[in-house]
Amino acid sequence: MSRITITVNGTPQTRDVEDRTLLVQFIREHLGLTGTHVGCDTTQCGACTIHLDGEAVKSCTVLAVAADGSQVTTIEGLAEGGKLHDVQQAFHEHHGLQCGYCTPGMIMASVDMIRRHDGMLDEHTVRHELEGNICRCTGYHNIVKAVLDAAEKHRAAHAVAAE
Amino acid sequence: MYATTYHKPKTLTEAVELFESSEEPSYLSGGHTLIPTLKSRLAAPAHLIDVRNIPDLSGIEVTADSVIIGSATKHAVVAASKEIKAAIPALSGLAGSIGDVQVRHMGTIGGSTANNDPAADYPSAVLSLDAIVHTDRREIPADEYFQGLYATALEPGEILVRVEFKIPEIAGYAKFRNPASRYSMAASFVAKHRDGHVRVAITGAGNEGVFRWPEAEELLTENFSAEALEGLTIDPSRMMGDMHAPADYRAHLVAVMTRRAMQNLGGTHIL
Repeated sequence: MSRITITVNGTPQTRDVEDRTLLVQFIREHLGLTGTHVGCDTTQCGACTIHLDGEAVKSCTVLAVAADGSQVTTIEGLAEGGKLHDVQQAFHEHHGLQCGYCTPGMIMASVDMIRRHDGMLDEHTVRHELEGNICRCTGYHNIVKAVLDAAEKHRAAHAVAAE
Repeated sequence: MYATTYHKPKTLTEAVELFESSEEPSYLSGGHTLIPTLKSRLAAPAHLIDVRNIPDLSGIEVTADSVIIGSATKHAVVAASKEIKAAIPALSGLAGSIGDVQVRHMGTIGGSTANNDPAADYPSAVLSLDAIVHTDRREIPADEYFQGLYATALEPGEILVRVEFKIPEIAGYAKFRNPASRYSMAASFVAKHRDGHVRVAITGAGNEGVFRWPEAEELLTENFSAEALEGLTIDPSRMMGDMHAPADYRAHLVAVMTRRAMQNLGGTHIL
């Protein structure tokens, strides 16, 4: 057992965990934040994608104890004051989901993608960069539209900020 | 996953002492091979020694002749490094082709090189770029480092500290991936070194893991063009055959990928 503190969605969370506890188990079972999903449990499907110190990672393949002292953002941490994050809003407007199982991971991966490219995305890049997230409903078209829309909003917001 | 005890040493000495004093220890880096292995209970180390917080294992240095990468450096960091991209664009492109974005945010060059998975990308660059593998106790030339499937010259407890790649005159990397796993089914890293000699390293295909292809190297040293490879084939009995691709198909892919690497010098060609 180890006592660890991980700051999740801005709140430091201290728990005693077995060293073999996966970060996704810590998030779901120790903190009760079940928005992060487990799909394949083999680092392939991306449903468990969260941000670890600002970068998208698959939380089924990180030990919670190795994330001690880190900052984690989950799907629950994106909306602010009841207002959806731009990427969440875009997924809503473009119906970027069918069953919804992959959606939290898709959104976390997309937020990371828009950040890394500073919103400069085209369809080809979005499709390529989503290769670590699998939608078994195969509803990729609307997901891609949603990411491109959110990327455009990101660019517009930054253009305004720059003026 | 079976129960295990996690350690986070701050120095190389501390890490090696922990390894030597522990029953059934294992080093842990990015964990993107090891943790899935533990989860499926194919391995059950009693002690996990996480080497990522050891300062000696981090950092990128580019000199006139070489690119030196600390073993705890993540694939995403290698792929994004402007210095590496300027010196060896094929190496930068290779790093950016590993797994997917999330995997590249965790996986490390040292972990990949120490594990020596027969379908991993980095071993081909290490071998083709005539790299030197620096450990906590010695320097190992690439030609002596790889010793078959998942086998390397590393002794138990030895830590891979950094990899020193020779900057070639030009290099190219071509990979044909399994569309589901995204691991290579055949990939070829071709480098023409500054002294004129050519090294061709193949990963993903060989039944002994990464290997050099001397026949291709000889032809390319004489005439450094894709056309020089026309008609050259490789013996399928040396290839892996599995549910994803039989050996003769992999042998065919090796020749095609080597030609594609030649057609994409100064970069990568990822299928």
